[in-house]
Amino acid sequence: MTSSSIVLIILITSVATYISRVLGVLTSERLSIKSKIFSWFNYVAYSILAALISRMIIFPAGALLESTLLIRFIVIAVCVVVFIYTKKNLVLPTVLSFVLFTFLVSVQ
Amino acid sequence: MIHIKSYLQGLKSLIGIRSPALALAASFIALGAIFKQAGFSLEQSIASSLFTYALPGQLVMTESYLLGASLINIFISVWLVNFRFYPMTVALMPALQHKSQPRWKYYLSCHFLAVSSWLIMKDGYKKIDKKYRLDYWIGIGSGTLSSAVLSTLFGYLISDYLNNNMMIALAIVNPVYFLCMMIGAMKNIKTTIAIVIGIILGPLFYLTIPEWSILIAGFIGGTAAFLMKGKNNDI
Repeated sequence: MTSSSIVLIILITSVATYISRVLGVLTSERLSIKSKIFSWFNYVAYSILAALISRMIIFPAGALLESTLLIRFIVIAVCVVVFIYTKKNLVLPTVLSFVLFTFLVSVQ
Repeated sequence: MIHIKSYLQGLKSLIGIRSPALALAASFIALGAIFKQAGFSLEQSIASSLFTYALPGQLVMTESYLLGASLINIFISVWLVNFRFYPMTVALMPALQHKSQPRWKYYLSCHFLAVSSWLIMKDGYKKIDKKYRLDYWIGIGSGTLSSAVLSTLFGYLISDYLNNNMMIALAIVNPVYFLCMMIGAMKNIKTTIAIVIGIILGPLFYLTIPEWSILIAGFIGGTAAFLMKGKNNDI
């Protein structure tokens, strides 16, 4: 493929992504934060994200495929405990996940 | 046009112990390296993160490009994988509405919507004066988007130095960050139910209907939580 077709692909990807965001704004225009529809969308959004994260961990795509599920579970369990124990510090678990995962993958 | 104090307050979410910067950096550095290997130019890689700013969609785009998929196929697969932004935007924007804010700001700033910025905003918007929540959101969004773009640039430039084990390790950081944020969001029983059902059903449905698994799992989990007895919380 030529360089111009890469540009076209980037443009198409950006439009396909922006559509969902902008449709969300359109729907939101007359939606009150107190309405039941807002509340339903709120739970659906949380549930979708939870499903996405869980799928990313259990059935990953790309580089994570080269690690075992057990290693991913160990790293995640340790990091979640650190997150809760440090009263919701996010930097520490993210740094730790990288270090611990690198170590476990290299010895597996 | 913009309330500077609230904007800066949003931008400040990038620093401190709850910063998303490292998680964003890890995934977009990896993405920059993937773009380099796929044969994209530096400018194209930066443009992709700047104008798409949605990691799964950008990965789908790269895979499809390498497989030689048609433009219409790329459009449909990216649209489907990023459709989660629709319910996420609807679950956020009503909380940012104020009659003093011009409409165009909503249409431009919705581009900042991503999992990290959404979770940060949902976590913190109640502390912000209703009138300036949109400016706070623009602060969060411009900070997270800039981190993503700069990390893509950095990843592209250092791709030759990233070995396979490092690429694998970079890929775990984002799921860990997201999961911790989700656990932090379990502040009431109904949201917790929505999250737990999503966590269980997401991978289960993936086995049978991979393309639709996330959306259907979320639809079921969210509806179940909504229909449960009890007060609907707007977090």
